[in-house]
Amino acid sequence: MSGFGSRGAGIIVALILLMTLPIWVGNPYYINVASQILLFAVFALALNVLVGYGGLVSLGHAGLFAIAGYAGALMLQAGYGHLAANAAALVVAIVAAAVFGVLALRSTGIGFLMITLALGQIVWGIAYRWASLTNGDNGVNVTTRPAPFGITLSKADTFYYATLIVFIIAVATMAAFVRSPFGASLRGTRDQARRMEALGYNVWLIRFLAFLFSGFWSGVAGLLFIYYNQFISPQVAALQSSAEVLLMVISGGTATLLGPIAGAAIVVIMKNVVSAYVERWNLVLGLIFVLIITFMPEGLVPGSVRLCRMGWQALRARMSPASLRPAEKGPP
Amino acid sequence: MSVWLILAVNSIALGGLLFLLSAGFSLIFGLMRIPNLLHGSFFMLGAYFGVTLLNWQVNFWLAALISGLGMAAIGALIERFLLRRLGGQELAQVLLTLGLAFVIADICLMVWTGDPWQPTTPAHLAGAIQFAGLFFPLYRVVIVGVAVVVAIALWLMVDWTRLGAMIRAGVDDPQIARVVGIKVSQLFTLIFALGAGLAAFAGVIGAPYLSVYPGLDFEMLPLALIVVILGGTGSLLGALVGSFLIGFLYNFGQAMFPDLAYVILFLPMLLVLVLRPQGLFGRVVS
Repeated sequence: MSGFGSRGAGIIVALILLMTLPIWVGNPYYINVASQILLFAVFALALNVLVGYGGLVSLGHAGLFAIAGYAGALMLQAGYGHLAANAAALVVAIVAAAVFGVLALRSTGIGFLMITLALGQIVWGIAYRWASLTNGDNGVNVTTRPAPFGITLSKADTFYYATLIVFIIAVATMAAFVRSPFGASLRGTRDQARRMEALGYNVWLIRFLAFLFSGFWSGVAGLLFIYYNQFISPQVAALQSSAEVLLMVISGGTATLLGPIAGAAIVVIMKNVVSAYVERWNLVLGLIFVLIITFMPEGLVPGSVRLCRMGWQALRARMSPASLRPAEKGPP
Repeated sequence: MSVWLILAVNSIALGGLLFLLSAGFSLIFGLMRIPNLLHGSFFMLGAYFGVTLLNWQVNFWLAALISGLGMAAIGALIERFLLRRLGGQELAQVLLTLGLAFVIADICLMVWTGDPWQPTTPAHLAGAIQFAGLFFPLYRVVIVGVAVVVAIALWLMVDWTRLGAMIRAGVDDPQIARVVGIKVSQLFTLIFALGAGLAAFAGVIGAPYLSVYPGLDFEMLPLALIVVILGGTGSLLGALVGSFLIGFLYNFGQAMFPDLAYVILFLPMLLVLVLRPQGLFGRVVS
């Protein structure tokens, strides 16, 4: 079980690093970048449930993210408390995910993608054009952050810790989901939908429930986003946002837990760095898509893992006596 | 002329533009099964080419033609050198076209700035024609006329020519089509170029009406998408009916429920998805 041991050690090291991050980073700007990475990692993990494990590529997830964000922001603006606003926003997100799911799951493959794209555009249209509800292009301000147990989240480090807690819960839930029989059946519908059907599984229902699960966590990420930014505008629901989160999933490598997290880090850092120097983020985003598709189709994390493994094996082969090597390989 | 009639004329004109845009999208999506998220970008980039040419005092129709041909060439290059390598991988095709769409959008912003460009309606189209005691703006009528001509030409090409027969064969069974000597890859490049060219052409002739501005690409893409989902993928008749339906919904929705116009646009699509997922005129794929 040395594999588990090293994995466990890795998790503990990562946790310690994440928990002490505000101490060794110090600068509030970078702590805020870390909060952004964590909240977008939650979003990317949510999308990965569909893209990676379900084989269903959604280009409308920014819609779900924005619906939860808008619901929360508008409730807060109307004077409700944080708890009520958050609960209502999550309910709205799940209902919206149910509507999205019922419509988009009429189809799979390209059809699914196109329908989710159209649904995402509807949300954008409502946010942008229905000005009497959403204040149109001017967006909605969120004036306060919540203060659970009397700890105010208005500072960079306290907000970071709150985001970290949500992030850890999200990762733990996703890990449990992936290993559960339900996760296995979702992967089954991705790889062999007809065989699953023949075995008596309700393929549609499995996909629908996965959609709800994904929608719920997208909603959580949307709430974190409005608390982080203290502002939401139609741009959040735009196709570009859906594309960005999809890029996080794809660049990190789909159907892994670490992939979307790494992808979120890569995209958020790149966006911050690029935006600091040039105003050409869209150009960079587009070029990354094209380059990844052309040169690293399996994603950055699996690609790097593959390269590391090859390097490690080459190293070990050099260290070990030549006489042992054939025995290690086993029978052909 | 009553408000309703003006709205109706505008609706038909928009429908004509949408048909030019979505006919190519429908062929590419339905026949080649490529989810081409670049289609709105073809429309916008073509329109920008057009307004630049118009600025250089090029004739309106010539500008539309040059822009269409230029975009057809660009489309052919994209299909030949980027998309073909990804044959059958839908996700990769989506991401590639989406990535290119962002690149094109940003380049347009750099070259043509963020200000909208609205060329004046060419002088020979500025008047109105009288019909049954009513006056119709000539420019709008001409757009519809062009759309109808293109529709008939496309229909004749796909259903009645040797080329059309080869395209249909290549779509139904690419391998057998190759065996009997049809160059399927070349046909696909041709269809993609045709779709790109038509979108650009529509962008130019629509420019005096819609104007050209950043974001036009992702505004037109969903419209093409709705039209195709409504009409059924790969069906030209479906694209025609869907385009005019959306043209009407857009203009009347805009006038009657300005807040919700964009949402109303999507309602028939949702209805079709629930009741008739293959689209109004789509074939059920066995």
